[in-house]
Amino acid sequence: MGLRNIIVTMKVVPKIEELEFDPETKTIKRGAAGNEINPADKNALELALRIKDRYGGRVIVVSMGPPFWEPYLKLAIAMGADDAILVSDRALAGSDTLPTTLTLSKAIEKIGDYDIILCGEESSDGGTGQVPSGIAEWLDIPHVTFISDVMDVSDDKKAKVKRTIKGGHEVVEVTLPFLAAVELGCNTPRFPDFRRKRWAEREFQLTVWSAADLGLSPDEVGLKGSATTVVDLEEVKPPTRLKKKYTGSAEELADKLAELLKSIM
Amino acid sequence: MGGWKGIWVFIEQDDGVIEESSLEVLSRARVLAEERGEEVTAVLLGEAVAGEAAKLGRHGAHRVILVEDPILKYYTSDPYSRIMARLIEERRPDSLILSATRNGRDLAGRLAVKFRTGLIAHVVSLDYDDEGLLMGKVPGFGGNIMAVVKCVKGRPQMATVTPGIFDIKEFEGEAVVEKVDSGLDPEQVKTRVVDREIKELIDISKSERVVIAGMGTGGRMELVNQLAELIGADIGVTRPLADMGLAPRDIQVGSTGVILKGSLAIVLGASGAPHFVSGIKDMGTVISINKDPEAPIYEYSDHYFVGDIFEILPLLLKKLREG
Ligand SMILES: Cc1cc2nc3c(=O)[nH]c(=O)nc-3n(C[C@H](O)[C@H](O)[C@H](O)COP(=O)(O)OP(=O)(O)OC[C@H]3O[C@@H](n4cnc5c(N)ncnc54)[C@H](O)[C@@H]3O)c2cc1C
Ligand SMILES: Cc1cc2nc3c(=O)[nH]c(=O)nc-3n(C[C@H](O)[C@H](O)[C@H](O)COP(=O)(O)OP(=O)(O)OC[C@H]3O[C@@H](n4cnc5c(N)ncnc54)[C@H](O)[C@@H]3O)c2cc1C
Repeated sequence: MGLRNIIVTMKVVPKIEELEFDPETKTIKRGAAGNEINPADKNALELALRIKDRYGGRVIVVSMGPPFWEPYLKLAIAMGADDAILVSDRALAGSDTLPTTLTLSKAIEKIGDYDIILCGEESSDGGTGQVPSGIAEWLDIPHVTFISDVMDVSDDKKAKVKRTIKGGHEVVEVTLPFLAAVELGCNTPRFPDFRRKRWAEREFQLTVWSAADLGLSPDEVGLKGSATTVVDLEEVKPPTRLKKKYTGSAEELADKLAELLKSIM
Repeated sequence: MGGWKGIWVFIEQDDGVIEESSLEVLSRARVLAEERGEEVTAVLLGEAVAGEAAKLGRHGAHRVILVEDPILKYYTSDPYSRIMARLIEERRPDSLILSATRNGRDLAGRLAVKFRTGLIAHVVSLDYDDEGLLMGKVPGFGGNIMAVVKCVKGRPQMATVTPGIFDIKEFEGEAVVEKVDSGLDPEQVKTRVVDREIKELIDISKSERVVIAGMGTGGRMELVNQLAELIGADIGVTRPLADMGLAPRDIQVGSTGVILKGSLAIVLGASGAPHFVSGIKDMGTVISINKDPEAPIYEYSDHYFVGDIFEILPLLLKKLREG
């Protein structure tokens, strides 16, 4: 059987080890940090490419974010995605998960002709994990979260997916089209092909859609369209630790550690 | 049926076994409801779960809505979200609170969109403001930042609660139990569990002592196991070890795993990434061994031993055995 479109949602996130918080203005200084494709979305893309290898279909990446995400979408193309779309509009800034899922679902509808939509299980910045099942509801299709594999897609438009649960995993049968949220680290994302990367950087034309292109009014998206609001941001100070450092030979260290363990236990 | 009153708590179960963290949420909801002069309704979906209703009364429910159907034996999104949506439409609770387990988050995201309402993610505190708006603290960026998030639009107001945050409490009185038909046509169900493999349920969230293996162990667990056994500790791992299938996901420590609460953590060969350290910040004492003198985990350690675990551990084990 040949699958129709396999759509992967992809977010670009700051490298959180490099983020700084400004306690005065209570803002996160994103400028200081480098960015990367949200790690779980790489796993989603890898899974999509494997599904394509087995069942056919076109892998299309879709993102909602600022224009500087373009190189990361091109990286996804270099990894093997067939097409990429960036939904970018100032009106979208400040969206909580309600307008985010609305916007992404409108973009997915506009792409159309899909059998499988894959998201990451959660982002490494906001990390609500609410986006995948939210998109599925807007599209009125079934969904399964925390999957590590799509094991089988059968001709009668059903798929079997492997889902992580407490103590192990289960196999869920789901009817097509469906959305699944892919577990972080469940596979090893391929490296971009060098030649394809050069091509993607030089020649690939990214499609950019505005909110209006998706038929969205400014009231439905961004801060206005959100149903939650962030009233305060606090930095979580690391707990006060003794920070005693021990160096020396392995013998000395083992001695000290043994003593220490005996004294506190 | 009037409108948007009372607090609902979704009670998760798996093959008849109630998820503990649902009871934590229920107890917190009861305290909040009493402050507001409202009632708490526990909503329980399962195959044959009527026997659990009394327990829900004991831990905070004034009322229990019970839906029994063989298809509900295990959680899957399609039948559960359809039944919940119907109940909410008919009865209009002001708030719906769920535990932020995999299943709780799965269901919540879908229902929030269904009702075009605010959903606060895996909160570590939960309150109402003076205007009756639900609010909670949401850890973000791997736990480095707390956002105070409030529901400003839509009903029911929704939140998922990080497991282990609230205590399970006992309350007087019995819950009024009401049985409701599932109304499900099995032919129409679009997600179903067809197979499952459960090895062992390990819960380290309340372990006093935990030895945590990081990538520095290379996944070779013999020494780690021996140390844990000697000092009566349980074992935890960092995320990559669970990703590689070298350890079960249930013993993964961190923001996407278990948040530990005990008295002693021994961290072996973990660098101290933000998503990881949020899992050990509440531990009484943290001892680390790392061959890098400057690994970020130093900042989160009381005692930091600079050295190779494969050299130090055998000697340490010998010394501990000698007493
Ligand atoms: C600290 C903090 C707390 C927050 N708390 C809340 C809250 O309680 N409630 C709330 O509604 N919002 C909250 N937000 C806002 C929320 O993070 C944003 O709406 C964000 O745009 C999407 O959510 P996420 O990153 O949490 O996605 P998640 O649901 O964690 O992401 C899962 C997957 O969805 C896909 N995805 C998510 N965003 C995009 C995108 N822009 N483009 C393409 N694919 C995407 C990716 O595949 C991703 O792996 C919070 C933000 C922060 C920083
Ligand atoms: C959305 C998201 C969620 C995440 N959630 C989690 C989570 O819940 N939990 C989690 O753990 N991670 C999580 N991660 C991953 C996290 O970012 C780190 O990648 C991970 O914690 C690193 O694991 P590690 O410290 O074991 O490995 P590394 O970072 O590779 O560190 C290995 C350490 O071992 C030391 N070492 C090596 N050999 C030796 C030796 N012989 N003796 C002594 N020391 C040695 C090295 O110096 C190094 O410091 C998450 C990531 C994302 C994006």
